[in-house]
Amino acid sequence: MLCEMCKTQEATVHLTQVVDGSIKKLHLCEACSQKHGFDLQGPISITDILLGMGSQREDKPAATPERSCPRCHMRRTDFKKTGRFGCAACYETFADDLPALLRAMHRTDRHIGKVPAREAARVNATLELTRLQDALEKAIGEENYEEAASIRDRITMCREQLKAS
Amino acid sequence: MSIDTLLNNTGAWMSSSDRDQIVITSRIRLARNLKEYAFPGWGGQEERVRIWLNLRPRLARVPLLQPEIDVGMDELDELDKQILLERHLISREQAEKGKGSGLIIRSDEAVSVMVNEEDHLRIQVLASGMDLRGAWALADELDSQIEAVTEYAFSPDLGYLTSCPTNVGTGMRASVMMHLPGLVLMEEINPIIKGLGKIGLTVRGLWGEGTEATGNMFQVSNQMTLGEKEAEIVGNIEQIAQEIVEHEKNARLRLLEKKELYLHDHVGRAYGILTHAHLLSTKEALDLLSDLRLGVDMGIVSAVDRKTVDELLMLTQPGHLQKMEGRILKPKDRDRIRAKRVREGLSRGEKKQRKHGKSHE
Repeated sequence: MLCEMCKTQEATVHLTQVVDGSIKKLHLCEACSQKHGFDLQGPISITDILLGMGSQREDKPAATPERSCPRCHMRRTDFKKTGRFGCAACYETFADDLPALLRAMHRTDRHIGKVPAREAARVNATLELTRLQDALEKAIGEENYEEAASIRDRITMCREQLKAS
Repeated sequence: MSIDTLLNNTGAWMSSSDRDQIVITSRIRLARNLKEYAFPGWGGQEERVRIWLNLRPRLARVPLLQPEIDVGMDELDELDKQILLERHLISREQAEKGKGSGLIIRSDEAVSVMVNEEDHLRIQVLASGMDLRGAWALADELDSQIEAVTEYAFSPDLGYLTSCPTNVGTGMRASVMMHLPGLVLMEEINPIIKGLGKIGLTVRGLWGEGTEATGNMFQVSNQMTLGEKEAEIVGNIEQIAQEIVEHEKNARLRLLEKKELYLHDHVGRAYGILTHAHLLSTKEALDLLSDLRLGVDMGIVSAVDRKTVDELLMLTQPGHLQKMEGRILKPKDRDRIRAKRVREGLSRGEKKQRKHGKSHE
């Protein structure tokens, strides 16, 4: 069997992991597994390198300057190599990569568990904002412009609240 | 109380009552990070030292951690770390850390916080037997108390932000450690492990990630942390663990029914080797003590009680063995002294049991 990454060498590293009920398999050659920061002695997670696999095929020319986190300066390649983010802001910096990654690892891509007390107001405001946006669309759809204007004001207020927190 | 006092006592977590023969411990771990700092793996040692200096005094005052012991990883020698590892109070990863990483621990060992492991904070509650709900309730409260003196990295959409995206959301890993020799002997454990994988649970060995199940000990935990509430995850694992307990009891009954001679022979051999061996490796001791534990639980061996066996399970670990001996031992010496400790421990256990038996007559 050939390595799934370079497609030239014989695959000698075989990984199996159960992700969300389905079995995922990955066959790599020694060189590729090492190149992708794959420590065979350490705990192994296919999901750590799912991201790396995808990009290998997509952006081979790599013409655009690499994205990096404005706060901790982690580059996308650093993240691909380690599978760990550099700081909390990385979750925003690499937001584009997240959905695919999170879907492979978790049930959904939205937190519904515990919220820190000081964050509760912000979380409630976010929920309120989503609710208001739905209501606005509905009001516009029903051509109820007076209602829509009032909802828009509340949305503006809600946004300001979120910005302030 | 100092860390030395704690290390010289035997771990509280393995003291099991008569109720919990199969579920040994329940554990909740919460991963938390501070908003303003880079994650430990990326920030570098200077940053980690700043975080540890900042967090140490704050955590030392958290009510639920009282009476607390706080210690930096650079203040511990290899043997101390090994003991904390064997008691599940630090991880392998934390044991390798030095300056800038640390541990805050309540003196009963039930509640602890690792600082600057993979995440800034790893909160842990360890309970004896099956009590995942109780452990979660305590972890939740402790988390709220810590949250009051720090500022967590949190996103309304993604929840608690963690260094590794596999932990994002609740940041919670809920696990139960189970002793399943019946299912292993009946060769029914593999389909169960496979089945658990299909419903999003992970099965690991006694010492966590990447370890095999020695001594028929299996750790069942949740894999996903996003999209489910903590209480749901905890309830789900408790229910599944309860089902596994029933399977294990069932397997033990069928062993008695269909393979009685084999079972008696298996347990008897373990007991025989343990009471007469002069060299025992860690793995052999663990496997044989596990078989003996099964024999005690099923009433096949009545000469010792489970408490004696459980204590030996902990004391035969390399760190504990060397601490008791008061010096670093070469592996060959360890095997000799381990065998000696096991022979002595079981002989003391037998005497205690005889005395106990007499007082009942």
